[in-house]
Amino acid sequence: MNLEYNIPPPPEQKVADPAKFRGIVMEGVSKSFGPKQVLKETDLLIHKGETLVVFGRSGEGKSVLLKHIVRLLEPDAGKIWVEGEEISEMEVSDLMEMRKQFGFLFQGAALFDSMNICKNVGLMLEEHSGWPMEKISARACEALALVGLMDSDDKLPSELSGGMKKRAGLARAIVMEPEYILYDEPTTGLDPITGDAINDLIIKLQKELGVTSIVVTHDMASAFKVADRMAMLSRGKIVFTGTVDEVRSTDHPMVRQFIEGNSQGPLGAF
Amino acid sequence: MEAFLTKIGAGILRGLTNAGHGTMLLRAIFLQTPHIWKMRREVLVQMHVVLVGSMPLVIVTSVFVGAVTAVQAVYQMQALVPMKFLGVMISKTVFIELGPVLMALVVGSRLCAFYAAELGTMKVTEQLDAMSIMAIDPVRYLAMPRFWAAVTMIPVVTIFADAVAILGGYTISVMTLDISAGVFIEGLQLFYKHSDILGGLIKAVVFGAIIALSGIFNGFNTQGGAEGVGHATMTAVVASCLSVLVADYFLAIILFQIIFQK
Repeated sequence: MNLEYNIPPPPEQKVADPAKFRGIVMEGVSKSFGPKQVLKETDLLIHKGETLVVFGRSGEGKSVLLKHIVRLLEPDAGKIWVEGEEISEMEVSDLMEMRKQFGFLFQGAALFDSMNICKNVGLMLEEHSGWPMEKISARACEALALVGLMDSDDKLPSELSGGMKKRAGLARAIVMEPEYILYDEPTTGLDPITGDAINDLIIKLQKELGVTSIVVTHDMASAFKVADRMAMLSRGKIVFTGTVDEVRSTDHPMVRQFIEGNSQGPLGAF
Repeated sequence: MEAFLTKIGAGILRGLTNAGHGTMLLRAIFLQTPHIWKMRREVLVQMHVVLVGSMPLVIVTSVFVGAVTAVQAVYQMQALVPMKFLGVMISKTVFIELGPVLMALVVGSRLCAFYAAELGTMKVTEQLDAMSIMAIDPVRYLAMPRFWAAVTMIPVVTIFADAVAILGGYTISVMTLDISAGVFIEGLQLFYKHSDILGGLIKAVVFGAIIALSGIFNGFNTQGGAEGVGHATMTAVVASCLSVLVADYFLAIILFQIIFQK
């Protein structure tokens, strides 16, 4: 216990046998970049079918945590299981197969500059489905229609606004109908209305496609709207987990300071 | 003194590490080469970048290389060597050395900068990460087509540059240096050997590999934002030019023993 702020210990985030867990298990994951340790023996459980929001201050390692789940980053210590498979021990070919179950919406959308939106969205199908081009185009258009970009399929990413890029990135993430979608700051940099439209899309995708979603954000309005469960990351550790109601009503000083946007408290100001 | 030695040691270590990683990248490109038919469209696009995109630069460079070689040769030969050897001197110089090396420096710098900046921007804007998450190997999709486009098209550019340089030398010789067309052409044929062109082409293939590898490697390893892309581009071009010049020396030793002296 931190006496000054009465901070409770981090929640237990472990399962007896990660190899039998349906979902994602992160166990004791640590990661440093030079002298800065970003994740410190972080534990996290993500249940199949839920939308988990990981929130916390900027620079706390939320995106780093997300990238570990698809092994874009390798942990210095600790293990990660996806559907019972320990991903750090996977061969490259198995890792590639595993990644086909994932869609990833990057903070800046990360659309391929040299390709139009239709090609961006259809590229994964082109590479992995073996479908004819007509079918790929039709599926890409379907995904674009789902995010309201039906008329922009022949545009280049440079011709789109920030919100449209995010939606195109989302269309690309869902085109293979993945089981997991990872969202890295899906509403950051968007106006409130476009941001809310993205939130609606996240909810719609979870309801219609039944995907498991992991959303990393510091936009609490968005977090409260889309989450089934929430986890707060601070100083490299998950310090709190709970439902939306539990987050709203908790007296955990770190969570309270964050959701109230208060510069005074255990998180500090800078 | 200690700090100076530490800096030198760190530089050597960094150079060796990069050489190791570069070799691993080359290995990965070769391992992905069986997929080249599936990537044929991208290979053709990249060949177009090397060949068609470089043409204005190749023509201007080659014309003046041929012209200045003719002027220099006439200046050094006058009153010492018969002018019928002018064609020999220009052709040998262009085929064996100037054609492949200058094209590797001029066209190579253009290409190397293009690869490093393009791939570096993709790296810092997370496009390479996006590709990896889509289970698409960036080495197969991006590096392999660029590598083989450079390896196959730099020799083609070199052949074209050789021809334009000879034409440039011929034009200047006939029009301004008072050499007759017959004497120049007789000189060209005098000691002509196919092996001269072959040796130049072997150099061009190796230079193409160096250029592509330097651009791709530095692009893939870009860090930071715009400054990182600028730094990667600069490093790629410098590394490519220096590597070409060093490789040229060793290739000259090898090729003179096995090809040029036959």
